[in-house]
Amino acid sequence: MLSHRWKRLLPLHLMLLPALSLLLIYGYGPITGIVIAFQKFMPAKGMFGSPFVGLDNFKYVWNLPDTKQVLMNTVVIAFFKIVLNLLVPIVLALLLNEIRLKLFKRTVQTIIYLPYFLSWVLLGGILIDILSPSQGIVNDIIRALGFKPVFFLGDPGWFRFTVVFTDLWKEAGFNTIVFLAAVTNANPSLYEAAVIDGANRWKQTLSITLPSMLPVIILLATLSLGNVLNAGFDQIFNLYSPQVYSSGDILDTFIYRIGLIDTQYGVATAVGLFKSVISCVFISVSYMLAYRLAGYRIF
Amino acid sequence: MVGKMSTSRISFNLINYSFLTILSLLALFPFLNVLALSLSNKTAAAAGLVKLWPVDFTLSSYRFVFMRHEFFTALGISLERVLLGTAISMIISVLAAYPLSKEERAFPGRTLYAWIFVFTILFNGGLIPWYMTIKMTGILDSVWALVLPGAVQVFNCLLLLNFFRGLPKALEEAAFVDGASHWTTLGRIFVPLSTPVLATVTLFTVVGHWNAWFDGIVLMNSPSHYPLQSYLQTVVVKMNTSTFANIDPVQAKLLGEISDRTVKAAQIFMATLPIICVYPFLQRYFMSGIVLGSVKE
Repeated sequence: MLSHRWKRLLPLHLMLLPALSLLLIYGYGPITGIVIAFQKFMPAKGMFGSPFVGLDNFKYVWNLPDTKQVLMNTVVIAFFKIVLNLLVPIVLALLLNEIRLKLFKRTVQTIIYLPYFLSWVLLGGILIDILSPSQGIVNDIIRALGFKPVFFLGDPGWFRFTVVFTDLWKEAGFNTIVFLAAVTNANPSLYEAAVIDGANRWKQTLSITLPSMLPVIILLATLSLGNVLNAGFDQIFNLYSPQVYSSGDILDTFIYRIGLIDTQYGVATAVGLFKSVISCVFISVSYMLAYRLAGYRIF
Repeated sequence: MVGKMSTSRISFNLINYSFLTILSLLALFPFLNVLALSLSNKTAAAAGLVKLWPVDFTLSSYRFVFMRHEFFTALGISLERVLLGTAISMIISVLAAYPLSKEERAFPGRTLYAWIFVFTILFNGGLIPWYMTIKMTGILDSVWALVLPGAVQVFNCLLLLNFFRGLPKALEEAAFVDGASHWTTLGRIFVPLSTPVLATVTLFTVVGHWNAWFDGIVLMNSPSHYPLQSYLQTVVVKMNTSTFANIDPVQAKLLGEISDRTVKAAQIFMATLPIICVYPFLQRYFMSGIVLGSVKE
C-alpha cells in the first residue's frame, strides 16, 4: 500500500529534479559564496583557503568616501522611479479609458508599450545619440528654441533627471496596461446609477473608476517597495560615465566596478551582501503588505 | 444642461486625443530619428540636418554592416541562445510547475519545495559569488553559461502553477481513474489546456534571452563569443571605435558615405527591427500575460 503511494508520488519528485538541481547550483551556490565577504579573498587560494578577516571588508567600504553617496544616489533614483512609474501610468490609464475610438486606443497603447520590449543597450545607444549636446536632435530643438544645449548624460545635475525620465519612457506603458485592465473590473451598473444621479465624467472617475483601480494600485505600490535598492543597473550601466558618478553611481554599478573591474572580490561581495540583506527585508515586507492589503499571494 | 455638458465633454475629448497623440509621437520619435540617421549620408548626419526623414538617402551604412561578419556572428549566437535557452527553460519550468501546483495533501513536501524556489527571489548571493559559481561549474565562455544559470525562472513557474491550479479538478481525477500517470496527465491534459499561459511565458522567455547582454559581457572571454546585445553594448554604447578596424578596399569605398554614427544607428535599428516586426502580433499575448501576472483575483 505504502509502496503504491510512493510510486504515485515519485514522478512528482522527479519532475522537480531538473529545476531543483539548477536552483541548488546557480541559486544556492552563490549564497554559500557570501563567505567571501568575510575573507581577504585570493583567487589562487579560493573560498576555502583565503584567510578570514571578520568585518574588515564592511568597515573598509563604509569608510570609503563614495559609499554614502552611492547609497544616497541609489535610494533617490529608485524612489523617484517608483513614484513616477505609479502616478504617470494611473493618469495615462484614466485618459485612455475616456477614449471611445477603439483603434486609436489600441494604437496609443501599442506605441507607449513598445520601448518596454527593447533592451537598455539599444535604448542606451539611441538615447546617447539623440541626447548628445553637439549632434543630438533633442539639443537641436533646445537650441532652436533659443536655449543653451543641455548635457543630459554628462552633467551630474541633469543625469538623475535623465535617468528617471527615460526610465519612465521605457516602463510607463507596462503599468498603464495593468491599470487599464483594472479599470475593466468596475461594475457597469455603478456608472449607470451615477449618470442617473447626475454625476459627470469627472465625478464618475473620482468615485467609481479610481476606487475600482485601487486594489491594483495598492498591489503595485506595495510590491514596488522591494525595489528601493534597485535603481536600475542595466540602464545606468549603459548611460553613465565617470563625469556623472557623483550623482548617478548606484550600488549595482559600484559593485560591478569594485568587483569585476578592480577585482576586489571580498569588498564587492560585502557590498553585495549588504544590498541582498536589506533588499530581502524590503521584498519580504512588501509581499506581506501586498497580502494584507490586496490579498496577493505568491503561490 | 445637456448641451453645456457636451461642450465641456467635447473640449476634454479634443485635449485628451491631442495629448495622447503627442505622447505617442514622442515615444516613437527617438526610433524614427535613429532610422533616419542610419539611412543618411555622413555629412548630413554630422551637420545635424537629419530629423525624422533621411537626408541624402543612402544604404551604405547597412551595406557596411552586412559586409562585416561580427554582426552576424553575434546574431547567430543570439539565435542559438534564444532557441536553446527557451526550450530548456520552458521544459524545466513546466515540469516544476506541475508538482508545485498540487495541494500539500496530494503531494507532501510541495510547500517546502515551493519555499525553496521562492527563497531564491528573496535572497541572492550577489554579483561576485554568482560569477564564481558559474566559473566553478566550468561553463564559462560557452553558450551554456548564457542558458543554464537563468534557466529556472521562478516567476514563470509561479505563473504556470497558478494557471494549472485554476484548471478543473475533475479532468485530472478522470484521467487518474483511467489509469493515467502524472506524466500523461501533464502532457495530455495540463499542457494542451494551458496554451494561453504557455504562449505568454514562452514569449517573455524569448524576449528575455534576446535582450540579455550583461551575462554575455561578463561570462564570455572574447568578444567573438558575444551574443548580439553584448556585441552592440561594446560597439554602440561603449564608444569602441573598432568598428572601422581591418577593412578591405570595397568597404573603404563605403567609408566616404558613412560615419561611426550612421553605422551605429544602422546596427541599433537592425537589432530593434525583429522586435518591432513581431511585436504587434504578439502584443495580445503579452497583455494577457501581464494581466495573468499582476491582476490576480
